[in-house]
Amino acid sequence: MFLIKGARILGGAPADILLRDGVVAEVGAGLTAPEATVVEADGLIALPGLVDLHTHLREPGREDAETVESGTRAAAAGGYTAVHAMANTEPVADTAGVVEQVWRLGREAGHCDVHPVGAVTRGLEGERLAELGAMADSAARVRVFSDDGHCVSDAVLMRRALEYVKAFDGVVAQHAQEPRLTEHAQMNEGEVSGRLGLAGWPAVAEEAIIARDCLLAAHVGSRLHVCHVSTAGSVEILRWAKSKGWQVTAEVTPHHLLLTDELAETYDPVYKVNPPLRTKADVEALREALADGTIDCVATDHAPHPAEAKETEWAPAAMGMIGLETALSVVHEAMVETGLLDWAGVADRMSARPARIGRLTGQGRPIEVGAPANLTLYDPAARTAVDPAAFVSKSRNTPFAGLELPGRVHATFLRGRPTVLEGKVI
Amino acid sequence: MKRHLISAADLTRDDALLILDTAEELSRIADRPIKKLPTLRGRTVVNLFFEDSTRTRISFEAAAKRLSADVINFSAKGSSVSKGESLKDTALTLEAMGADGVVIRHNASGAPHRLAGWVRGSVVNAGDGTHEHPTQALLDAYTMRRRLGDLDGRRVTIVGDILHSRVARSNVLLLNTLGADVTLVAPPTLFPVAVDTWPCEVAYDFDAVLPKSDVVMMLRVQQERMSDAFFPTVREYSRRYGLDARRLSALPEHAIVMHPGPMNRGVEIAAEVADSPRSTIVEQVANGVTVRMAVLYLLLGGSEPAIGGAARDGGDAARDGGDVSRGGAIRDRGDVSRGGDAIRNGGDASRREDA
Repeated sequence: MFLIKGARILGGAPADILLRDGVVAEVGAGLTAPEATVVEADGLIALPGLVDLHTHLREPGREDAETVESGTRAAAAGGYTAVHAMANTEPVADTAGVVEQVWRLGREAGHCDVHPVGAVTRGLEGERLAELGAMADSAARVRVFSDDGHCVSDAVLMRRALEYVKAFDGVVAQHAQEPRLTEHAQMNEGEVSGRLGLAGWPAVAEEAIIARDCLLAAHVGSRLHVCHVSTAGSVEILRWAKSKGWQVTAEVTPHHLLLTDELAETYDPVYKVNPPLRTKADVEALREALADGTIDCVATDHAPHPAEAKETEWAPAAMGMIGLETALSVVHEAMVETGLLDWAGVADRMSARPARIGRLTGQGRPIEVGAPANLTLYDPAARTAVDPAAFVSKSRNTPFAGLELPGRVHATFLRGRPTVLEGKVI
Repeated sequence: MKRHLISAADLTRDDALLILDTAEELSRIADRPIKKLPTLRGRTVVNLFFEDSTRTRISFEAAAKRLSADVINFSAKGSSVSKGESLKDTALTLEAMGADGVVIRHNASGAPHRLAGWVRGSVVNAGDGTHEHPTQALLDAYTMRRRLGDLDGRRVTIVGDILHSRVARSNVLLLNTLGADVTLVAPPTLFPVAVDTWPCEVAYDFDAVLPKSDVVMMLRVQQERMSDAFFPTVREYSRRYGLDARRLSALPEHAIVMHPGPMNRGVEIAAEVADSPRSTIVEQVANGVTVRMAVLYLLLGGSEPAIGGAARDGGDAARDGGDVSRGGAIRDRGDVSRGGDAIRNGGDASRREDA
């Protein structure tokens, strides 16, 4: 039993929150509970536990980069109470057996809920559907399906996947990347790529797939989710699709809300990611879209890599950045400090909406009596330089090293049990 | 001047002119029976070649040897982590061996930039992927200056696969620094999308640009570009963008024809044009050694004039062809002023021989 004293729920007036039996038992001023452990939360903001729709935990297969244990510890440290574990593991999470394994590892680790994402196609090869129904019916109860890392580029296969998952209210999360337009692509195609002599990843390669998939989802009446939207053009297409009332949702990563392609000038592959960092105009469009709801949520695309995969020339380096432990601070910097979102908005985009897209019933609920006690206490006044050595994740490939960012996660509670206290993972 | 030469943009106008002037001085020894200067004696230059390029490696090797540096050739094809030792580990090895200068050729854009972060010595980019090839641009500028004089206001037309050309990138930057007006000519498919932000003009019509060119530089076009649909056929490319005798005759009388090599005769350049007196292609190769000597001297040797200065104790060092027992530079590795002495000695010798 925990009594949180004086937290500002969603940045509102200070209140006490009593957590008992895994739920929020009482909310109000001057609460007392003699047996409860008191958590002083003066000046801290209480948010519902964050939910990530897009996490690479790397297990099974690349335990040198991250494990379910280390990745979920990193998630808790970042204020998350649930993550969706992407399917591009070795072996690929394309069967009930693999998704159940990941799900069990998550339960055993106990730092946050782990919801495996099932592959859309067998082996992520884009040729035949994986057993989507078996994964949905498994103990892992998979609802989100994605070949992330690869685009389901075959239009017929994409149409069938969208239709098929309707039977269990699933959603296909598309990694929108037209493969032919991005062969050998290294970074955003534009002024910087031309100057640096790095092969370009044009915005149209993302936008063309998003446009096609929105039309397909409308045609078959299915739910489509678009992973890591990165361009201003994608935002326009999504806005149009939503205006039609189609069931299209989208996510943006923290790094696409803050960083631009000019960082590639360092040729340091810590800035190499897929989709690539774009231009300032794209960053501004993404922030606006997240603020007005065109983009539904923030998802980290936490992509751990061992040091040797990044300490190379640009071209052979692995793509991806870690993000679980910095996501809330980056959103604070990019969206709250700029006045684009208030804390209620942050809670909506980082907890409520991703939970709804993933069809999680016990996550993303408001902090009110009777709701599962999943919440995070955040100190908005802290301001620190990002220190990769202090990360809980097994990997260090952050693009934010040395950058001064606002805020710090003070505590995280998963169904009333602390996973983080005083900034330390338990 | 910066410690490394990675991009032509690293050079200010003064830096670039200093390199060209130094090369001009150094060219005087090329005609002497003994072509060696003791300037970089005791210094180690590593030629780190991850990509086959015999001509560039030999050019750098000759340049370093004429300055009496110890040269280590390290050729390592294939560079990714999966293919053996990483670039970082190679860099640490070079560092342990005490390389004063590393000349790197690599198929990945930005590799010299990465290397510079891992070694203490000076890094010279000898061509990285589709990024840059600054010493090629310097030798091209040197060649132009010898033929045409000052480059200020000169009109240079560069024709070919701009998108994939490190030579074009470095030339645009350097020629802009030196005040020349550059026009790039290619089919639209072979330009980077944002080429309009480059400090040059862009044209699709080669014929329209010809009469307004003091220099035409033809770039090699790889036949495999055809299979990627950059152009329909080699014949069509050649017709629209090749330099043949007819186009040569449309150039002003004084205009010169350049090519960084290796050429595809009959594709981007007709044999009769390549072999014409207006072609500087062979000269470029010779000038490459001189310009690279200047670059290595300025990065590794110091800032005093390469040749010339007050008379000292005779030209023994030069006459002896780099005898290690003579000359001031030898024993004090790293002493720039002594290095300068050695050069002056060499200069004295040359003057006497000239006389």
